[in-house]
Amino acid sequence: MAEKLLSVQDLHTSFFTDAGEVQAVNGVSFDLDRGEILGIVGESGSGKSVTAYSIMQILADTGKITGGKILYHGVDISGWTERQMQEFRGKCCSIIFQDPMTSLNPVFTIGDQIMEAITLHTPKKGKEAEDRAVELLTLVGINEPEKRIRQYPFELSGGMRQRVMIAMALACEPDILIADEPTTALDVTIQAQILELMQDLQKKLGMAVILVTHDLGVIADMCDNIVVMYGGRICERGTAHEIFYNPRHEYTRGLLRSIPNVNNMKKKLIPISGTPINMLNMPKGCAFCPRCDSAMKICLAEKPEELLINENHKAACWLNVRDAFEGREAGK
Amino acid sequence: MSEPLIEVKNLKMYFPVRSGFKTLQLKAVDDVTFDVGRGETLGLVGESGCGKTTVGRTLLRLYEPTAGEIRFNGEPVTGKNITAMRKEMQMVFQDPYSSLDPRMTVEDIIGEPLDVHHLCANRKERREKILELMSYVGLNAEHARRYAHEFSGGQRQRIGIARALAVDPKFIVCDEPVSALDVSIQAQVINMFEDLQEKLGVAYLFIAHDLLVVHHISKRIAVMYLGKIVEIADSDELNEHPIHPYTESLLSAVPIPDPDVTRARKRILLEGDVPSPLHMPTGCAFRTRCRFATEQCAKECPALTDRGNGHQVACWNR
Repeated sequence: MAEKLLSVQDLHTSFFTDAGEVQAVNGVSFDLDRGEILGIVGESGSGKSVTAYSIMQILADTGKITGGKILYHGVDISGWTERQMQEFRGKCCSIIFQDPMTSLNPVFTIGDQIMEAITLHTPKKGKEAEDRAVELLTLVGINEPEKRIRQYPFELSGGMRQRVMIAMALACEPDILIADEPTTALDVTIQAQILELMQDLQKKLGMAVILVTHDLGVIADMCDNIVVMYGGRICERGTAHEIFYNPRHEYTRGLLRSIPNVNNMKKKLIPISGTPINMLNMPKGCAFCPRCDSAMKICLAEKPEELLINENHKAACWLNVRDAFEGREAGK
Repeated sequence: MSEPLIEVKNLKMYFPVRSGFKTLQLKAVDDVTFDVGRGETLGLVGESGCGKTTVGRTLLRLYEPTAGEIRFNGEPVTGKNITAMRKEMQMVFQDPYSSLDPRMTVEDIIGEPLDVHHLCANRKERREKILELMSYVGLNAEHARRYAHEFSGGQRQRIGIARALAVDPKFIVCDEPVSALDVSIQAQVINMFEDLQEKLGVAYLFIAHDLLVVHHISKRIAVMYLGKIVEIADSDELNEHPIHPYTESLLSAVPIPDPDVTRARKRILLEGDVPSPLHMPTGCAFRTRCRFATEQCAKECPALTDRGNGHQVACWNR
């Protein structure tokens, strides 16, 4: 089998706070192929962003990767030094953030900020780099790019700034683009423009995309494969079709039940009961079991392992194990 | 039909903005007319900066409107009677973190409107009323002595709702009450709004940018663009047969959490960004991004006209 572009294996990331160790990511594994769009979905505090930041090693000072491997083209990068990571970031893998208002530097022009990435990672200098910046701005659909590169971030709207962020991220043609809630701060019509742009660019340039979001609509629209996270663990993974039409984890089912149903808008929503878990005080067994209506004794005591549902689908829920023993399809 | 609960006529809210030596008028709300029936939910949607929050705040006279009339139960709401009126009209705010006083206990937060309107004769009665309100919104009695910071976002929003309900209002302005919450918690709060409406018969103006949520909770929906209502209709009607080109593209832009449906759809992408409300286009505000724009659109601003069954649209060409 061909080598995976990126393979995250049993990743553990913790934050060491005054209140104790917070295990934000707790044994996460997934693979990313060339040209694949992978969605990571979860609530706030599920560890989805921390997983992305761990790959780039841009965690806050208190955060540390405490275990596991991150293989990029088969080489483990989790132990790389800061200097090696600087080579990796931008050139091999780049990231765009949620808030385009704060992720651009207000005291440099748009052009300077894009050219910084270009001059750092490619032999292009001066005029050549500027031409490349103009080319990139054209690529992301910004009009009058020659004028824009002399402008400052405050002169652009939110949607334009996110386009600039994408241009910066693509400056060195990375293999992987991580998009951390790229459209959450934007209005729906602007969100549609940015999603359309990302799909276009992905087809044109063929990079792999990791899309981190809490918006199931965006995930349904964009992703080939989906990973559902809760409490720092993966509860379910599979193709978009499998996750949406054949969910096999109680959390995924709950999520899908709690959003308005397009076909029947007046149907009452079924919320997930309880409140999100406290990461300082993780349950011993399944992370979701305190909120799960179908929890069994074993859910409290032991972490469920991922069970293969079919070749496109895995879920970590004891119900599937029980149903496999009883020889019937889960949830029925 | 019986008389509507809230009538808003030609409401205008302009904010002065200093720009160099000149003072410009920012027309946050520009000539808005609508009504809300008893026990009804009217959804108000639009992009950021379209004036939807300003409409909600002006209704409760948190801002003094530039022009226009607001009537509650047929009686005009003015600066003079607003304190008494706020016994009937309340508000739930977007941000459950900044809308609760961190130095007050839950009991005092919910009890404050009771004190302001002198609704309780003695402490025992006050305490009972507060506990009743807390049970309405799913908070336990032992939460009463705690402070806001001890609660999660969803629970804080419940405190905010209990506070709004304390005076037994007929009408609540809900300004993005669920957008700061996680998906799984959103559903809990939305259900609570629906249950309370059933139980208490309260009417809502539900302001939000999430169209799926608004469609779910509202009977009718009004769509705003740059300070004006461009379309108002029954929520199913609006979603199935949008007439205004802005509504059309807004609806097509909403990602639907169903892969087959959402991928089969064609998005109607809008060009460019929303114009600055300080320099509004002449005529129809939407014409700079509209596929159907004609010369007439630049000259004159279309008024809302009825297209049957209360479906009102402000557009020259559709």
